[in-house]
Amino acid sequence: MKLKRNIAISDSGFVFNPSTGDSYSLNPVGLEILTLAKAQKNKDEIRQYMLDNYLLDLDTFEKDFDDFANMLDHFNLIEK
Amino acid sequence: MSKPVFNIALTGLNAIDSPGSGSGVIRSLREPKDFDVRIIGLAYENLEPCIYMPHLVDKTYRIPYPSEGQEALLERLRYIHAQENLHIIFPNFDSELYNFIKLEKKLADEMQIKMLLPTLEQFESRHKAVLYEFGEKAGIKVPKAKPVFSAMEIAKIAYDFRFPLVVKGKYYEAAVTYTIEQAQQHFHKISAKWGLPILLQEFVHGTELNVCGIGDGKGNLLGAVSMRKLYITDKGKAWAGITIDDDELTDLTQKFVEKSHWKGGFELEIIRNGNGEYYLLEINPRFPAWSYLTTGAGQNQAALLVNMAMGLPYEPFTSYEVGKMFIRFSEDMVVDLQDFEKISTFGEK
Repeated sequence: MKLKRNIAISDSGFVFNPSTGDSYSLNPVGLEILTLAKAQKNKDEIRQYMLDNYLLDLDTFEKDFDDFANMLDHFNLIEK
Repeated sequence: MSKPVFNIALTGLNAIDSPGSGSGVIRSLREPKDFDVRIIGLAYENLEPCIYMPHLVDKTYRIPYPSEGQEALLERLRYIHAQENLHIIFPNFDSELYNFIKLEKKLADEMQIKMLLPTLEQFESRHKAVLYEFGEKAGIKVPKAKPVFSAMEIAKIAYDFRFPLVVKGKYYEAAVTYTIEQAQQHFHKISAKWGLPILLQEFVHGTELNVCGIGDGKGNLLGAVSMRKLYITDKGKAWAGITIDDDELTDLTQKFVEKSHWKGGFELEIIRNGNGEYYLLEINPRFPAWSYLTTGAGQNQAALLVNMAMGLPYEPFTSYEVGKMFIRFSEDMVVDLQDFEKISTFGEK
């Protein structure tokens, strides 16, 4: 999951796409994931981070992560 | 060192629900540090709100409607110039531009009044009725459109274009229609107000984008700010918007100025459809009502035009702040009857 280069993410979880003018609000977990993605972390690294820091099983991570990635794709926030 | 003071007359004082550009342009003109302005409002109606805003307009004069012709306008401008020693006139309405373009040379020769307007040829080439041809020449996508002079013609064009169909007035107003009856109804309504022809245009579904910019008349773009409408009123006007950074939109604007050699301010109205294709819907031959956003984003385009007109040095704008928003608001002013009396009785205030 590679976030588009120009996407801006604030510390409060406010996401702004300067190409379209669209903005979104993230919850704290979404903010953590997008911050990792912005720092060029790949899915394996994000998975490991989440498993290390949250009481989370692998299946739940995979399902929620894919849902989240689909949503980001739908909103045109990640590179195709 | 004292700053020069420019006496600038402008129209578009109707800061109403379908607003003119005047108040935004005036606010931009009052910001530069290298010159001061005395703003002379030119009003068509006694209730144009900016007449009653002394922080924006120093003095207002009524001027004749465009339909009264160039001579009536020239006569009135002679009087106003005698009182105010005008340096620049900034027309802000599409419907008055023809008269001002025709008078441009006379105003310059006789009164040394400067204006930065498109040529008559440029003005005519961007008319809604011929925009499709302009787009073809410039390599810019434009929805197919046909001018019609009678409601009887609608059925045939609807068969070719398919519904939904946009019914557009010569200068202002448009309606998206889904049946022949609706299209005919809007044909009559809009033509009664703005005259013929009425334009029937293919409907393109997508995101509404706008660009406010200036051309130097030699094919160079001196500034451009792209904006996405965030809130649109029932009249189709942006009530809130945000500056965006869209390379394709900038390229399209560049192409428009290169091909047309546009001189002065303009607004492009564009739709981006679901496939990421850009369609040019309209070219407005003046600054839009939201032009103060360009100043807020770092491009005081109105001030640049003044510098250009007055032969002062200026630099083209190359960037602006992305993510800058405007939100329009409405407010009631309490006005003394004497102020209304002055403008309605004497034609000036």
